[in-house]
Amino acid sequence: MKISVSDKSVTVFLSGEIDHHNAGILREGADRCIIKERPRELILDFSEVTFMDSSGVGFVMGRYKTASAFGCKTAVTGLKDRDRRILLLSGMQNKIEFR
Amino acid sequence: MKKAINDFRINMPSKSVNEGFLRTVCAAFSGLCDPTVEELSDIKTAVSEAVTNAIVHGYKEKTGRIYIDAVLFSDSTVRIRIRDKGCGISDVKKAMEPLYTTAGDDRSGLGFTVMESFTDKLSVRSAVGKGTVVTLTKKIAGKCE
Repeated sequence: MKISVSDKSVTVFLSGEIDHHNAGILREGADRCIIKERPRELILDFSEVTFMDSSGVGFVMGRYKTASAFGCKTAVTGLKDRDRRILLLSGMQNKIEFR
Repeated sequence: MKKAINDFRINMPSKSVNEGFLRTVCAAFSGLCDPTVEELSDIKTAVSEAVTNAIVHGYKEKTGRIYIDAVLFSDSTVRIRIRDKGCGISDVKKAMEPLYTTAGDDRSGLGFTVMESFTDKLSVRSAVGKGTVVTLTKKIAGKCE
């Protein structure tokens, strides 16, 4: 996972497989950065993700919660059709922006 | 009438590090029926959900074993059974409701919803204190030999 920080936004570049086993490490890294930077926008980039199950949805829901606590908006980008389909099952499209 | 033409069994400790291996081995077994890439991903995702449930909910903090048996049938159907001897589910209907979860820590409550979406048939049998059996069935477009 790589994270880039600009003036107003934090972008988390996710890669590889997102499942229950590795979601914990991703969660810690992302939350630490959100809390430190307090950006206006959080972007979760899924372009390099090769597999995701509902743990990926939990990851997005959790980061949305962390970000919202600081008044920060959340967007997701680079989702493959399958991952988008899984994420849409959560109804998160009402809360976060799909790019 | 369809008949079983191939099968495998495996059991492993309920460690989260095994999630990737178990979903991959089930997808590889289904690969004997010449599935599409999409079908393989469907199986991988559904198995990942069932295995994660066994680890997170079935055994919780303890480590038990996860038992998988899979069968390929002559009509190119694959049936994968994922079994644990964990705590069981007291209300299966409730557990299967979308977004319902008893675990914190970023669990989405979508495990069974995803299993249903990506397979043709999902059945869940559970007994409190004894464990849970999740059976996933999927028809594959290719031909089984």
